Amino acid sequence: MKPAPFTYHRARTLDDALALLVQHPDAKPLAGGQSLIPAMNFRLAQPSALVDLNRIATLQGIAQTAEGGLRIGAMTRHSVVERSELVRRHAPLLAEAMPHVAHPQIRSRGTVGGSLAHADPSAELPAVMLALGARFVLQGRNGERSVAAADFFTGLFTTALTAGELLTAIEIPPRPPRTGSAFLEVARRHGDYALAGVAVELSLDASGRIKNARVALLSVGDGPVLSTSVAGLTGQEPTEALARQVGEAVRVEVDPPTDIHADSSYRRQLAAVLTRRAIISAAARAARPSTPTA
Amino acid sequence: MHPITLTVNGQRVTREVEARLLLSDFLRHDLELTGTHVGCEHGVCGACTILVDGDAVRSCLMFAVQADGTRVETVESLGNEDSLNPLQEAFREAHGLQCGFCTPGILMTLGPFLREHPSPSEGEIREALSGNLCRCTGYAGIVEAVKLAAARATPARPNRR
Amino acid sequence: MTITRLVGLSVKRNEDARLLSGQALFVDDVHLPGMLHAAFLRSEHAHARLKGVDLSGARARPGVIAAFSAEDLGDYWKPGPLLVPPPPIDGMLFRQATQVPLARGKVRYVGEPIAVVIAESRYIAEDALDEIVLNLEPLDAVVDLEAALAADAPRIHDQFDSNLAAHVVQRKGDYAKASGKAHRVISRRFFYDRGIAGAIENRAVVASWDAKAAEMTIWDTTQAPIPIRNGLAAMLGLPQSQVRVIAPFVGGGFGPKIMMYYPEEVVIPWVARALNRPVKWVEDRRENFAATTQERGQVHDAELAVAKDGRILGVKDVFLHDTGAYDPYGLTVPINSQCTLLGCYVVPNYESEFRAVFTTKPIVTPVRGAGRQHGVFVMERLLDIAARELGIDRVEIRRRNFIKPKEFPYDNEIIFQDFQPLVYDSGNYEPALAKAAEMIGYEAFVRDEQPRLRAAGRHVGVGIVSYIEGTGIGPYEGARVTVEPSGRVRLATGVGTQGQGHFTSFAQIVAEQLGVLTGDVHVVTGDTRTFDWGTGTFASRGAVVAGSACHAAAVAVREKAIALAARLLEVKPTKLAVKDGRVFLISDPSKGFTLGELAQQANPLRGAVTPGSEPGLEATRYFGPSRGSTASGVHAMRVEVDPETAQVEIQRYVVVHDCGIQINPMIVEGQIQGGVAAGIGNAFYEELVFDDGGQLLNASLMDYLMPTAMDVPRVEMAHIETPSPLNPLGVKGVGEAGAIPTGALFAQAVEDALSGTGVEITAIPLSPGRLYGLIEQAKRTGPRITLPPSATGKSLIIEGKYTFTASPLEVFEMLLDPEILASVMPGAQRLERVGDRYSGALKVGVGPISAAEFALDVALEDQVPGERYAMRVDSRGRLGFVAGIARVKLASSGSGTQMEYRAELRVGGTIAAVGQRMLDSVSKVMSAQGLKALDKAIARRRGAAP
Repeated sequence: MKPAPFTYHRARTLDDALALLVQHPDAKPLAGGQSLIPAMNFRLAQPSALVDLNRIATLQGIAQTAEGGLRIGAMTRHSVVERSELVRRHAPLLAEAMPHVAHPQIRSRGTVGGSLAHADPSAELPAVMLALGARFVLQGRNGERSVAAADFFTGLFTTALTAGELLTAIEIPPRPPRTGSAFLEVARRHGDYALAGVAVELSLDASGRIKNARVALLSVGDGPVLSTSVAGLTGQEPTEALARQVGEAVRVEVDPPTDIHADSSYRRQLAAVLTRRAIISAAARAARPSTPTA
Repeated sequence: MHPITLTVNGQRVTREVEARLLLSDFLRHDLELTGTHVGCEHGVCGACTILVDGDAVRSCLMFAVQADGTRVETVESLGNEDSLNPLQEAFREAHGLQCGFCTPGILMTLGPFLREHPSPSEGEIREALSGNLCRCTGYAGIVEAVKLAAARATPARPNRR
Repeated sequence: MTITRLVGLSVKRNEDARLLSGQALFVDDVHLPGMLHAAFLRSEHAHARLKGVDLSGARARPGVIAAFSAEDLGDYWKPGPLLVPPPPIDGMLFRQATQVPLARGKVRYVGEPIAVVIAESRYIAEDALDEIVLNLEPLDAVVDLEAALAADAPRIHDQFDSNLAAHVVQRKGDYAKASGKAHRVISRRFFYDRGIAGAIENRAVVASWDAKAAEMTIWDTTQAPIPIRNGLAAMLGLPQSQVRVIAPFVGGGFGPKIMMYYPEEVVIPWVARALNRPVKWVEDRRENFAATTQERGQVHDAELAVAKDGRILGVKDVFLHDTGAYDPYGLTVPINSQCTLLGCYVVPNYESEFRAVFTTKPIVTPVRGAGRQHGVFVMERLLDIAARELGIDRVEIRRRNFIKPKEFPYDNEIIFQDFQPLVYDSGNYEPALAKAAEMIGYEAFVRDEQPRLRAAGRHVGVGIVSYIEGTGIGPYEGARVTVEPSGRVRLATGVGTQGQGHFTSFAQIVAEQLGVLTGDVHVVTGDTRTFDWGTGTFASRGAVVAGSACHAAAVAVREKAIALAARLLEVKPTKLAVKDGRVFLISDPSKGFTLGELAQQANPLRGAVTPGSEPGLEATRYFGPSRGSTASGVHAMRVEVDPETAQVEIQRYVVVHDCGIQINPMIVEGQIQGGVAAGIGNAFYEELVFDDGGQLLNASLMDYLMPTAMDVPRVEMAHIETPSPLNPLGVKGVGEAGAIPTGALFAQAVEDALSGTGVEITAIPLSPGRLYGLIEQAKRTGPRITLPPSATGKSLIIEGKYTFTASPLEVFEMLLDPEILASVMPGAQRLERVGDRYSGALKVGVGPISAAEFALDVALEDQVPGERYAMRVDSRGRLGFVAGIARVKLASSGSGTQMEYRAELRVGGTIAAVGQRMLDSVSKVMSAQGLKALDKAIARRRGAAP
């Protein structure tokens, strides 16, 4: 289990990285490497060249935006996000999901951008970003563009990134008042890829009715799935019956894969149950006056 | 080949490495620091855990060339056979190891953890250990050792009756 | 003469400081000047004729020193010896087919080594594997145990007329008569499936040939260094004195490291001599899933005949045992299953019949528990069902059937794996059961707590099971105790250590006799240069057999020291005591000698050694028990099940164990805790999933789930001590105990938590997905539902339908057009048609798989123009192979044509082994991509959308 040969290019700056990717069209960007390097050790992945992004300081860090949201550099490590007070306050959903991302040693090396660009359907962060309504900043040689998370994930391990383009930052919009969130997943062991999981971000209006809700699921399709079953929630009271109704709608909506750990029908069941539980929990948190807000 | 210079257990080291050389192999074979063990080479078992710039990472999931300019610490940086450090000593006392193959990775994982959580709960300890597989002990002795080490490192609170 | 007790104390371990500081030597830590590295080419097919191996490409690669296949080994190529001959049981059949160094003529499991490349680094050696060209003719795999015995099953070993490896019947009493009189006969089918041993250290071999000294040194992660030395010396044609085998620190054994003459173990020393360079091979984790032996596939059809009061009248069990592609370890595992089934119970009538079956899967040899799990599972589950059906409490039905203390030694009237009659030496089962029930709070739980919790909507259950373990079997082990003139005590034994604490428990035994501290005894194990008689670490026998030998040697040295001191002091030996490293006069402790002084006196430089005595303060002794000693125990557990998500939480786990006298209780408890962890893995997390082509679908620790610190509770323990009369220490083995009853316990506890739902668990491993299936099935069809282990037949299926506006004949022609065909196959690079064959290349890139290239060969079959055709697809590349058949059917539909296609493809190699998580999604995506592409291509061809 040793990787095949490749050439290694260390980028010092973003421009440097973009130039290297043009020079080496078959190169893969190397972010945290916590998915790529295992694949290389198994020789599943045999890229001819790697462009290492780890020394690009400008891609790291978490900052509050002028609007009150968050901007997370793509090369920010999971462990930094996990410990970030800013994230805890402004994107508690993300903070809640972080401990489920693999193991401590993986989180100290893996990066948010790397995980998102890898677009593993079983990964936590893509679903979280869908639920948060995040936008992704993509940079190519010809400039920068911003893509909604919902448009970024285009299929199995595929994204809107074009050749030579890099994900440079994630922008999370400000969190409205009376917003609650919940992240739930069922994995075989803590830190494993989830059998199914759900991220819910839910805001209430002054009367306690649902103003806005986003439910995103993982491990139930060929990418993260932003549920459309929540469309009818707006204006409704967040009752247990309603949550159950959404859960059952999700059961039908998703088309999960079967693998050796869980078949499709078990994954549907988990999606339904977790959705119900997460909506109830998010709504309760939204109704709590102490809910941190932007 | 890429020239790299790094600090390993406080010593400055300069070597030429092939791009694909895993950091685990570099430490074990090039530097003959064989205390770092390799159990899976795909980032699950945790036996190869070391510190890079103070963070616990899998050395099988980094290329040696990426360690250029970093500060690397391995199990050999801890107490030696004749003077174990308090965490190692606690492992011995609480029977936190049997075959000992996974142990170096576990010790390296726990260093930063205990710095961040000087008085960890059992749940926190178990979660911190979730990225290290041990097939011998069933983990009870390891958890006990961590508790013991933490209790000894944290001086008892003064009694303010 | 008093002895300061050390045996029985939780002494801290001597070996820990070296292990904790990273200074302990493991095989992969051996670095020798000029050392080369080996990588093995392994079969990607479960079953195939091997017609040729072309190594020229590999040999030509820079950095490659040599490459060898079976042909190159010449006379050295031989099947391995039968390691354990079958016990003498009347009427038994056993067919021997042992593993070979490198495959010749045929491959019989995925992972079987075919060739070895030796290079300057492991990296280069692995690169070169890609250059080896094989000429293989795939054959059908043999995976399912029942299908393997079908008359038309593909034969794995051509020399036999079927895949039957063994047939054994053992009987006690007359089961048929007993069952005729029974109040009730419970019958069920039980499944127990395969797992790995999962030592964190994989196997490794380093061999170094010293041409000048004509001496071979081998470092090996073996549990049996001495037999390995003896065997390899014979194979290499060297005197045993010229072969040294060192098993240094070994990172976990758990059984497979007792398997001997693994292909790599035999090939690497040969290569080292052939090249006259040191050679290292280290198994990687991917290899470990195939190259290291495994255990546990059995299917039992069992019956329990009971009286109305729950008394066992008899048991009948007919089972199939999966022995894998070869059977070098004889019948140890199924005989253990057969014998352990009887458990702690009086079973007056027993009829047990098994067939061992060859399959195209990795070799089966003992893994921690070694077949005992199956027996315990079958018996305990039958008792649970009987208890339920008879309305008897689960604890009570066990109690009623226990063998009573006065009945020991208890003869079960059948033959055990050590060739001896299965006679239990000692035991006391009832107090253990009572203690475990008390510790888990069984009575109050069942009476009050469980109903209360259930009323609150919570599904909490408790389980309690008992078991015995035959441990500490012969033939023998030896030990040599030496006191050096420095006073330092040296202990050498042939038994290696894989984490059991031998450096400490053996030292305790010796130190106690010599009146020194445990830390003063320097233990050397596992080096044939230091001690060269012995067998190995297996069957929970280290403490029992080697421990007893250490004891005997230490007693002899003690006596020698006393005799010498008595002579020097001119007193009777009875006037002397040994303490604190000194032999002294009891009446005047100032008069005496240190052990070091005596050692010096015992090895005089001048003068004479008294006739009849030996120089030196040293003794070598051997111990061989007449038969195994029987350990026993009771495990109890409390679980909560979330029936909605099928998640199981272990709330408490209790073990009451009897391993006779405990040498070091800390080590004993560590063994039990670790065994339970492995048992929990086996029961609920770990399973080797083979598809019906014999491909292992989870050959990585990502998909093969060993329990973590989050999954294993702290085991609460108590001990019962019934000393074994069969050895001087009174000890019994404990190494495997924790792992044995966990499957049975898990099933009972989970079933109890779900009581009333109709869920019945008859298959291990369980998993949340399987439990969910059981819960759902029980809802649909009522109680008494059982499910076999997961269906294994999984192929990559790509299918779809399409409607054309053209006629069937027109469509038929169009679809055979290589250009259109290429467009339907995602990733097809080019496709050329020659007659009824297409050839070309596929480039597949999904997620982490970056542009893997496959050579593609397609043969047309079953062509009926306008109606149907089939394509036999064969594609292979570095990542493995995809092969199978795609069928296309056409039918008129209105003015157009309806096409249906379905490709069933078998996937092998790396993509199957580590990519299974993606296969289903990939097939969905490929189906969709294929249709989209077809749409485009046809639109292009016809100039208009259909």
